[in-house]
Amino acid sequence: MIINERDGLSRRAFLTAGGALVVALVAPADLAEAAERNPFGRSVVRPDKLSSYISIDPDGMVVAYYGKIDGGQGVETAIGQMVAEEIDVPWERVRVVMGDTGLTVDIGGATAGNGIRQGGMIMRQTAAEARRLLVAMAGRRFDIAPADLTVSDGVVHAVADPSRRVSYAELVSGENLDAAIAWRGLAQQLTVKVEAPLKKPSEYKIIGKPMPRRDIAGKVFGTLQQCSDLRLPEMVHARMIRPTVAGAVPVTVDEKSIAGIPGTQVVWIKNFLAVVAEKEWNAVKAAQALKVTWSESKPGFPGHDGLFDYMRRAPVVARSSDLGTVGAAAPRTIGSVEDGFKRAVTILEAEYEYPTQSHASMGPACAVADVRPDRATVWTSTQKPHDCAAGIAELLDLPPEKVRAIWMFGTGGYARDGQGDATADAALLSKHLGRPVRVMYSRNEALAWDPKGTATINRSRVGLDASDNIVAYENISKAFSMEDCNTREQHPADTLAGMALGVPLNWRPAFGIPGNGYNFENAHWGWEVIAPLMDRSSPLRSTHIRDPFGLPILFGSEGILDEVAVATRRDPIELRLPYVKRREHELFAAAAKQYGWHTRASPRNDQKDAAVAVGRGFAYRQLAGTYIALIVEVRVHRDSGLVEIPRLVCAHDCGLIVNPETIRHVVDRQLVWGTSRVMYEEVKFDQNMVTSVDWLTYPVIKMDGVPKSIEIVLINRPEEPSSGAAEMAIGPLPAAISNAVFDATGVRLRRVPFTPERVKAALAAGGSR
Amino acid sequence: MAQNFTLNVDGKSHTIAIDDPEMPLLYALRDELGLNNPRFGCGLAQCGACTVHVDGHAVRSCVTPVSSVGSQKITTLAGLGTPEKPHPIQTAWIEEQVNQCGYCISGWIMTGAELLARNPHPTEHQIREAFADLICRCGTHNAAVKAVKRASGQA
Repeated sequence: MIINERDGLSRRAFLTAGGALVVALVAPADLAEAAERNPFGRSVVRPDKLSSYISIDPDGMVVAYYGKIDGGQGVETAIGQMVAEEIDVPWERVRVVMGDTGLTVDIGGATAGNGIRQGGMIMRQTAAEARRLLVAMAGRRFDIAPADLTVSDGVVHAVADPSRRVSYAELVSGENLDAAIAWRGLAQQLTVKVEAPLKKPSEYKIIGKPMPRRDIAGKVFGTLQQCSDLRLPEMVHARMIRPTVAGAVPVTVDEKSIAGIPGTQVVWIKNFLAVVAEKEWNAVKAAQALKVTWSESKPGFPGHDGLFDYMRRAPVVARSSDLGTVGAAAPRTIGSVEDGFKRAVTILEAEYEYPTQSHASMGPACAVADVRPDRATVWTSTQKPHDCAAGIAELLDLPPEKVRAIWMFGTGGYARDGQGDATADAALLSKHLGRPVRVMYSRNEALAWDPKGTATINRSRVGLDASDNIVAYENISKAFSMEDCNTREQHPADTLAGMALGVPLNWRPAFGIPGNGYNFENAHWGWEVIAPLMDRSSPLRSTHIRDPFGLPILFGSEGILDEVAVATRRDPIELRLPYVKRREHELFAAAAKQYGWHTRASPRNDQKDAAVAVGRGFAYRQLAGTYIALIVEVRVHRDSGLVEIPRLVCAHDCGLIVNPETIRHVVDRQLVWGTSRVMYEEVKFDQNMVTSVDWLTYPVIKMDGVPKSIEIVLINRPEEPSSGAAEMAIGPLPAAISNAVFDATGVRLRRVPFTPERVKAALAAGGSR
Repeated sequence: MAQNFTLNVDGKSHTIAIDDPEMPLLYALRDELGLNNPRFGCGLAQCGACTVHVDGHAVRSCVTPVSSVGSQKITTLAGLGTPEKPHPIQTAWIEEQVNQCGYCISGWIMTGAELLARNPHPTEHQIREAFADLICRCGTHNAAVKAVKRASGQA
């Protein structure tokens, strides 16, 4: 390690004297305020205490302590609505504190679109319980049975005599709602049980209303402080130094190469290398100027062009059927596919290829850390602050309760992007420098080194009997594991910093199966994974990318059904109807009605001479209680291979809708994002390194590629629990677009992204089925 | 040797001492003046997250040397309008509930504001053209178009 304790780089005395206070002063105003109002710190934030979820301020403001975060999808607004509804105060009178591990219970991070499904349910239940207890307190005060009391706008009063009234604020008079809560499960499995019943749909006043998002105005006027805006006294700026060949480690570092750049220094710990500077621009310059010799490394990556051949040849090291895993990773089997295939008179087989993709977040990862000898605070935009804090504690060798992660709004990553890595980098640097450190990644680093969504080969086999009924359906994904690094980043192995210190790769076999409600007579959905490309920190290390069990898998699992429809001359929606239930029937009908779908088989066959061929495609999925049907219209330009998407129809059923406006927006935005992945995105790499390192080499969707008309049909089911909407709609996109291109041209696209070059080549090669 | 530069930002004059005249304006605004807009997205003028107005023109501050700005008027998102006196495009952005994470927002709003200053009633095609070279990784593109239409009285 090289640390030059130059003047000006050691911590000033006043900071060590009053660190916590300084931090509170410069933290975002609302967080600092929350810290004051909840003076008990982490030790009393426990899942078994009501006050850990809900408190009442002296001015009657209800504070909801929500352990998850809002990636800009309206979760904060919806949580406010759910709490306001159950506790009976106006929506404006609920403040939501999110993702601060010092103030909130660990109910898991943002994951699997469960912010409302799981997190919202906990907040609703605890708010209802708080109301029940407050009404009971008022009952004791007035000697009136709770049943004879009611609540309006945070004031409890007697039904018979509204003048006998007391506000929540008066009832608690600054005290906490100190009641026990029954709970079970940890993190994202955590659920609570309360005595108070939830309101019935007929009683809703705030749930179901299109409340405006709380975070938008602050973003529009530039007043909302994001994580990258945080500036602490004495803070230095850091830039990480990464090798240009994967696996290479620094051998010599020439400090003199940056001597001319003021206020800079090198931090080199094992294979962890960074430059820091007083001024941010000097850190950028130092990162460019620093001369480093690297060890010889020959990662021998197959290259993106050779990737799928490599994957086909690579031996399977784990498969779903060998592992008794749970959730989406568990295989699903109905009947016996072997028996089904024996009975089949026709068997269709198909393979679909999905590329490696980057989260490619708008902003490179950024985090700030302030590490003291006995404690640490990190400010982070990770989607899982509680897990992040645990990982930082292990990295710094501090007890878990001594690390506080404060989540702040940041760039939308929508899964496990580089934020956790940057947070660990900042923490390690702050520990060694004894000063607060802000790390910001470069664009190159953000694309090259973020954990990736794995490439996938999805293969399907379908057996039909003499009447064209599906009697056997098999769908297997072959891929790298989705967990070279764990999406929960609870351990140093899950971050680049940990790996640079020598922690071995924490690989575990993990994949998923496509969610759907198909009840074929015999079916099997499963997966098999191959070994990771490197045994240590790799720019191609895999993790969850948004909708991990969606796009790469549904591309094949839904694509093959389109092929079955074509082979049997049936309409693709009609083909599916016998194998799904009423909820899907209504979903499909809603999408078909919006689109103006006419029942017929694909392809159209009436545009052979047209320069632009128009087609439509359908695909469906069910995930965690959310049902999606997509209909895509394409215009295929035969000359150029360009595929335009003028219309995209999405029927969306996620049970009870808490806020129709935010759901509509979330679905609209994610469909654009998903279209980007299908039409543009592929991480390219050679034998040594990722070569997709900016927006030219990793192209993403821009205005000209956006579907102009995105039509969303929301199906509200007030009697069903709210499921989720954060990522479900994108899953069927690759299949729906590919199916539409087939409908237009009779040519099937089997490899994402559908770039003009690839489409042109496919058209030239002619149709397959 | 540090050089003094006087920048006119959001109607206020600031004099800052800079070691490197080639330093991009972005770092002067964020690191020297403590402004939170614009944002660093790529440092390559490829995304637009760092956009400010320089004498009314949308400029990518991540590749604009601080020494090249001179006495021109710099306007950031926060200087375009305030909650009390919003620019019409900011009002429309809120009414249309455009953004998700908001990291790219300076690019879109500052580019849209320049378009409206030049062309108060742009067609949808003109709006899409104006936004052609911006990146948003949340997918707010169509909502942004609607907001500009609304700001120009067309919605």
